[in-house]
Amino acid sequence: MRRDKSAIAAVLPFAWLAVLFLIPFVLVFKLSLSDVALSIPPYEPQFKPADLPAFFGALDFETYRRLTSDSIYVSAYLSSLKFAGVATALLALIGYPLAYGISRCSKNTREMLILAVILPFFTSFLIRVYAWIAILKPAGILNAALEAVGIPPLSILHTDTAVYIGLVYAYLPFMVLPLYAALEKQNATLLEAAADLGATPFTAFWRVTFPMSLPGLAAGALLCFIPIVGEFVIPDLLGGSGTLMIGKTIWTEFFSNRDWPAASAAATVLLFTLIVPIVLYQRQQAKVLAA
Amino acid sequence: MKQIGAVRSSFAPWNDPASVPLVRFEGVTKRFGDMTAVDDVSLSIYEREFFALLGPSGCGKTTLMRMLAGFETPDAGRITLGGEDLAGIPPHKRPVNMMFQSYAIFPHLNVEKNVAFGLRMEGMEKSAVKARVEEMLALVKLEKLGARMPHQLSGGQRQRVALARALAKKPKLLLLDEPLAALDKKLREETQFELTDLQVELGMTFLIVTHDQDEAMVLADRIAVMDHGRIVQTGTPGEVYEAPANRQVAEFLGDMNIFEAVVDSVEPPMARLSGEGMKFFVQDDDCPAAGSKVFLSVRPEKMRISLDPPPAKTPNVIAGEIWDIGYLGDWTTYLVEIAPDRRVRVAQANATRHVERPMSWDDKVFVSFDPDAGVVLTS
Ligand SMILES: Nc1ncnc2c1ncn2[C@@H]1O[C@H](COP(=O)(O)OP(=O)(O)OP(=O)(O)O)[C@@H](O)[C@H]1O
Ligand SMILES: [Mg+2]
Repeated sequence: MRRDKSAIAAVLPFAWLAVLFLIPFVLVFKLSLSDVALSIPPYEPQFKPADLPAFFGALDFETYRRLTSDSIYVSAYLSSLKFAGVATALLALIGYPLAYGISRCSKNTREMLILAVILPFFTSFLIRVYAWIAILKPAGILNAALEAVGIPPLSILHTDTAVYIGLVYAYLPFMVLPLYAALEKQNATLLEAAADLGATPFTAFWRVTFPMSLPGLAAGALLCFIPIVGEFVIPDLLGGSGTLMIGKTIWTEFFSNRDWPAASAAATVLLFTLIVPIVLYQRQQAKVLAA
Repeated sequence: MKQIGAVRSSFAPWNDPASVPLVRFEGVTKRFGDMTAVDDVSLSIYEREFFALLGPSGCGKTTLMRMLAGFETPDAGRITLGGEDLAGIPPHKRPVNMMFQSYAIFPHLNVEKNVAFGLRMEGMEKSAVKARVEEMLALVKLEKLGARMPHQLSGGQRQRVALARALAKKPKLLLLDEPLAALDKKLREETQFELTDLQVELGMTFLIVTHDQDEAMVLADRIAVMDHGRIVQTGTPGEVYEAPANRQVAEFLGDMNIFEAVVDSVEPPMARLSGEGMKFFVQDDDCPAAGSKVFLSVRPEKMRISLDPPPAKTPNVIAGEIWDIGYLGDWTTYLVEIAPDRRVRVAQANATRHVERPMSWDDKVFVSFDPDAGVVLTS
């Protein structure tokens, strides 16, 4: 009896992954092996059970060759990785003090502040990004405020700076929450022990608090880095025409150029690029669970 | 029981008005909300002393230590160390090391690095750190586990890491909060001797908290018995054991038979008491005046038990029936019922090998004790 139940429990996540990840991925991967066609849907070959050999014969890696030959894709990948890297670093620099400060507050204040961190999730993501447009645009709230104190206006919207602002804003909770979880469960007696052994509060932080919060920092960094690489909405709405990110490129291929195979191939490559950080994240989580 | 010889036996700076205590609590009080954890405690601990705090759970022992280490601030009174007022000195600047009751081992550092932590804070040279860590790990018998992470250790091993870490800096004053509670008897006794040796060797002063009265008796030069945040009695193990200040101290330090009685007459140093339907004849210099209500307390090992009635005129004889026998190897304790639901405990050393026990359950027996075996307590 028991065995059966645990078997079900083990199968469920796999079934979940199969339905929601593996099958869509196989479809996307198949698309990436197809050729562009001016039809509906706009690709060939299409699956007809009758002529299987012909179907498989028509699939090839031609699209992938196109991806490597056109430098726009490579630059888009590199640029995405750069955006994700810089944004994650900024997120860590802003998120760590925030999470640390919250974890040092009294219990009630702590709960309030954490609620405040989560609160933006209650409004639509798109609306929040549009709000940034309203703030950053040339005649927007920011410039009005600057003008009021006599500072010349800034043109931030449609620059990389705007993208970074949007990314940091949108992903901050994903950095703060795991960090907070790691910092909050830390036993205050450990800091007393460090002080007792002669560590100043500063040293105690670097020798005890910080190293013990590293799993939280790693989790937060990966939770931000991985989705930012594929981020599309923020660079599209806040970035300029020169802002190159792979999410945006895929969107353009799919909807503007109607090149579904190229978009699918780009998406497939993106997935494989992200496997390294995803595996790192999983390892990290396994370690946290084991400890 | 102490291994250390003549030097120790003459060690009694608390009796010397000229000696200056290393640590001094003066009217120290600590409250948490409306609960008083430490209540007007005054206490002196001398250099090279092994001082034990004994008392029931929640009586304020840990709080007292934490004030000395600097983690709690007294609400009233002051604490001095080497004559210097400790108020306002942060924990990391106090020349005191503490072993925490909860161990507080750094979970992200292995055993060696935990022990080395304080030494590295001191800026000790690398090779010296290594040597000292090895020395400390050998002391607590963890030489082989230096590379282990704390979560790979047993409870007793973790306790030993905490002990090694606190000892590593060889501080002038070491605070040990139940340092040996999780160790088995053999290892505990070994470590007790190591601690006393270390203390003599390094001239350290120890303040130790323990629940275990035997441990306090073995280790300490003096014991302070605490209750509800107050110090009830301070004295050498012999003093607190043989001349307890009240019933509570008496019962906390080992077994004690207590008889409620009234003083009939006093002819110093002797006194006659009566109570619980019995007459007692005791020798106690501090017996209160006739008519006072008192408690006569007698340790089980100071009572005798026999099947035959003792010679006539023997004082303090109580007839009863054996209710239970506990054979402990070196000792046998008898619970003797002397009235319905009223039992006294008698302990006899098993000096010879009785193949058959001469006394057995339900035997009629006589319990007696000498006049100087009892202590008259007023509270
Ligand atoms: N931070 C605190 N806040 C509130 N009450 C506290 C705090 N620390 C200790 N107390 C209370 O003070 C009293 C004394 O606590 P303390 O830890 O000193 O006891 P203890 O003698 O060490 O007990 P044990 O032998 O169980 O360790 C207890 O009643 C405890 O509940
Ligand atoms: Mg305690």
